Amino acid sequence: MKQSFLFISCEEAKHICDKAQYGEASTWEHIKLTIRLAYCRITQKYSKQNEKLTESINKAEVKCLNAEERNKIENQFKEELAKQQQNN
Amino acid sequence: MPNHTIDPNNWVKLYSDYLFNYTITRVNDREIAQDLISETFLAGLKSMANFKGEASERTWLISILKRKIIDYYRKINSNKGKAEVRMGYINSDDDEGDWLEERVADPFDKTAEDSIENSELGDAIYDCLGKLPEKQADVFKMKTILGYDTETICNELDITASNLWVIIHRARTALADCMEENWF
Repeated sequence: MKQSFLFISCEEAKHICDKAQYGEASTWEHIKLTIRLAYCRITQKYSKQNEKLTESINKAEVKCLNAEERNKIENQFKEELAKQQQNN
Repeated sequence: MPNHTIDPNNWVKLYSDYLFNYTITRVNDREIAQDLISETFLAGLKSMANFKGEASERTWLISILKRKIIDYYRKINSNKGKAEVRMGYINSDDDEGDWLEERVADPFDKTAEDSIENSELGDAIYDCLGKLPEKQADVFKMKTILGYDTETICNELDITASNLWVIIHRARTALADCMEENWF
């Protein structure tokens, strides 16, 4: 089937929806997604779930270590682990 | 009957982010949180013989971390607490005025219930993140929690942008399903 200019596939809609969660979807992509959302239940469900996940992550203010911080902890711990294994 | 095993070689990889999230919500300082995690791993290493296998490694490490956090607060309170108590104006002679209003909780401030709920929500998210394949979890954390841009992640992990979005899509789908099952 010929790809339409305005009407996108469900897969593409999900991809745009993912990008939109990170503010990386263009205005044109937003328009295409909005059109798809008007009639596709699968996209509607995915979009709703995706937004809910983003809201939860923002609400929980989840944090994690960056690579440098993790490496520092790992190196310190490895030294201690090696010492302990030598002693045993 | 004990059914959990212990392997410190994987602790940092498996639990450091979970412990960090747990700690940072309680001490609100990245440096202190990292120190407490390091101390927790070291204490765990020293007391490995006490691990009975009745709880998971993560639960056991969290119980050590909780004690470390309590010790941390005890330490700072013993240093500062006494001086601060004397600074309170409740016993002061000139306490007329707006003191009562100043003591009323700010309705726009976060309540204790909100904080508890948010920290439980964070734990639930980390439970679900722990079920993802390692690469998916790493990419998701870099993109969503650390807020790195697409190019930086692609360079660091040597993947293309389309690979990144496929990984993000799989991670988000799995996480949303897991959260649907356990939280929403």
